[in-house]
Amino acid sequence: MATRVGMEVSIAAAEAVKQANVDVIAAYPITPQTHIVEHLSEVVNNGELDAEFIPVESEHSAMSVCTGSSAAGARSFTCTSSQGLALMSEIVYITSSLRLPILMLLANRSLSGPLSIWNDHTDVMSIRDCGWIQVFVENGQEVYDHVFIGYRVAEDRNVLLPFMVNLDGFVLTHVIEPIEFLDQEIVDRYLPPYQPKYSLHPDHPVTMGAFATPALYTETKKAQTESLTEAMPYVLKAWQEFGDMTGRYYHPVETYKTEGAKVVLVTQGSLSETATLAIDSLQGAGEPVGLVKIRLWRPFPFEEFKEAVAGADLVVVMDRAISYGGPGGPLASEIRSALYAQEKRPRIVNFIAGIAGRDVAPEDFVHMIQQAQERPGEWYELYGVRE
Amino acid sequence: MDKNLDRLNVYASRLISQKEYFVPGHRACQGCAEALALRLVAKALGRNNVIASATGCMEIVSSPLPLTSWNVPWIHVAFENAAAVASGIEAGLKVLMRKGRIPPKRINVMAMAGDGGTSDIGLQALSGAMERGHDFIYVCFDNEAYMNTGIQRSSSTPFGASTTTSPAGSVVPGQTTWKKNMPEIAVAHNIPYVATACSSYPFDLMEKVKKAAAIEGPAYIHILSVCPTGWRLPPQMAIHAGRLAVETGMFPLYEVEQGRYHLNIDLSELRPIEEYLKIQGRFRHLTPEMIEQIQQRVGEEYEKLKKKVRMTNEGQE
Amino acid sequence: MAKPEHEITWKELNVGCVIDEPGNAAAYRTGDWRSQRPVYNKDRCIRCGTCYIFCPDMAIKILADGYIEHDLYYCKGCGICVEECPTDAITMVDEEE
Repeated sequence: MATRVGMEVSIAAAEAVKQANVDVIAAYPITPQTHIVEHLSEVVNNGELDAEFIPVESEHSAMSVCTGSSAAGARSFTCTSSQGLALMSEIVYITSSLRLPILMLLANRSLSGPLSIWNDHTDVMSIRDCGWIQVFVENGQEVYDHVFIGYRVAEDRNVLLPFMVNLDGFVLTHVIEPIEFLDQEIVDRYLPPYQPKYSLHPDHPVTMGAFATPALYTETKKAQTESLTEAMPYVLKAWQEFGDMTGRYYHPVETYKTEGAKVVLVTQGSLSETATLAIDSLQGAGEPVGLVKIRLWRPFPFEEFKEAVAGADLVVVMDRAISYGGPGGPLASEIRSALYAQEKRPRIVNFIAGIAGRDVAPEDFVHMIQQAQERPGEWYELYGVRE
Repeated sequence: MDKNLDRLNVYASRLISQKEYFVPGHRACQGCAEALALRLVAKALGRNNVIASATGCMEIVSSPLPLTSWNVPWIHVAFENAAAVASGIEAGLKVLMRKGRIPPKRINVMAMAGDGGTSDIGLQALSGAMERGHDFIYVCFDNEAYMNTGIQRSSSTPFGASTTTSPAGSVVPGQTTWKKNMPEIAVAHNIPYVATACSSYPFDLMEKVKKAAAIEGPAYIHILSVCPTGWRLPPQMAIHAGRLAVETGMFPLYEVEQGRYHLNIDLSELRPIEEYLKIQGRFRHLTPEMIEQIQQRVGEEYEKLKKKVRMTNEGQE
Repeated sequence: MAKPEHEITWKELNVGCVIDEPGNAAAYRTGDWRSQRPVYNKDRCIRCGTCYIFCPDMAIKILADGYIEHDLYYCKGCGICVEECPTDAITMVDEEE
């Protein structure tokens, strides 16, 4: 049966990659992703995982190696952070157009400059439109689980898309949490070996990555965007089956005490756990405040989100990235779009907080909600900045 | 040396397989000796070959969706990463065979790129792949400028050449730097096989490719690929120009096997460099002083190469 | 033969725009790029195959008897075969002629 072990989340993530029987790992060290790849190199060098570990000379090559190995039919893995993602982003866009089911763990960290190794979501938001399936996780268990779920979805013949798991740098990667490990036979049943539809092999020569002229490019992009939208039911199916197997059910949008809530706080990632404490204290004081967590970022769960905030008059969105010169944070933009056509639309207030690891305590969430309630209109601000 | 063919085996062309893996209907310019080089490389490697291509002329002429000129598996990802993509393919095939998921078989993996994709933007990925020791062949098709984007200079453009970003101006007379010695950079990685080749010497080229495929570990082949469009040369002169590049010492044909240098065509006397320069529009503006400067440099480089041949073979024969 | 690009609908594209018909570009005619065409004089040909090996467009076939034939569907008229032929068995003439 499943065993529960206290373990650093990065190590648990690497153990999941091992249990997923990954064939090729290509990665370049960057804080705070390093513990994941260090442990992976250990399990490969100790013979616990039969895989090719390619210590590449850059993140650009990490994603390029994974593109080559996945195109050859191998289950391929990489992980990075921040500047590493920025460097590999050129190829990140290409892997989704090639429809290669690579899994990437992104240990979220701010983008330079100024240089900062600390956690926020500016890295992932810079490649929002890269065509990958993108999820946010909240704790170590979710990281571990989503390695299997990610491959299961990505390699589904009806999907064939790369899958990105966003886990907050340091606050998740470097903490020790209780992780419930799956028995290998359960993993193997849930995640059989990858059977590519097309692969690079002389027995069946195919051409991948042909260029398109304007006469055909639009059709290639239509096919790609449809593939991501149409992935939704397969994501739901993979989560359902995982839940049936483990008792841990995941949803594109998750709610906490939203029943009857007039005010809804919206978060992504590990700060959602902190936010629940704020909700508890506000509800204890009689405030009708609930929490909505966006787990699935792409494809965006518009319907599920609308349903989750249906009763709210005020939606307070906490972003962890800025859109310079734009309307606030990327999450708030998405939410405004999702709710724009509603007949009765809640007021939307946007805070950008927790940038580059700046602490956001439960009291801060309480404070944000109170500010949003007191100050009318729709606005955004950088929370807690010194004037 | 025979007028047309290396080896004096005049009838050898008839003996090689007529099977093409890079098929006709490709859209390279008239007289493109790079397309010829690619054809010969693909022929030499045959069926059991997987190719990772960089962005560039050969990628564009061979893969306009929904058409492909390729009879072997081929992938293009980006400009600077052919060596990294090839690393991934090699690793993927190897591990899948080891895990019994595909049948064991000798499959050659080849990365291909132009001189820009190799000696400029792709140098890091190539260096990484050579250092890691992947079992693959990297072929650089060197036409001495960014031809696909319209003849801009690269680090592989020879001194004096006029390109669209090193134009022969009234003050600066074309390219001011000397051609980057890419084969020597490959040699510095201590890989088992490095060679230069030219499509004007088709049998020499094909033999080198076959040798590279047979060797375990990284192999690097640098092929001078005459570009009539970019060099401003009548297309029918492409093969002739390649021959002159070799015979003047501009582009010596040599191999470095396990660190030992070998000159494939050891010229006792180099033809005057002017014979090579004067047939190309890109060198038309050169002054006699500049030609002399190039002549001297070519002579020095050739002597250096011969010295390396002597040094690395001492006591061996 | 693949459909022309301007007729392909998005649903007809393979996953990842993979092309699974190897070498289907062979259907593409490059012969109409030509302004001059090669004319072959069999009497002068010594069947060495030099023209065949140097053709960048694979537009020369070696026949069973060792003589050659130009494939004008592909020949772009570069003239390399003329230049390289050791016995001057090939000449170029203008297409209008």
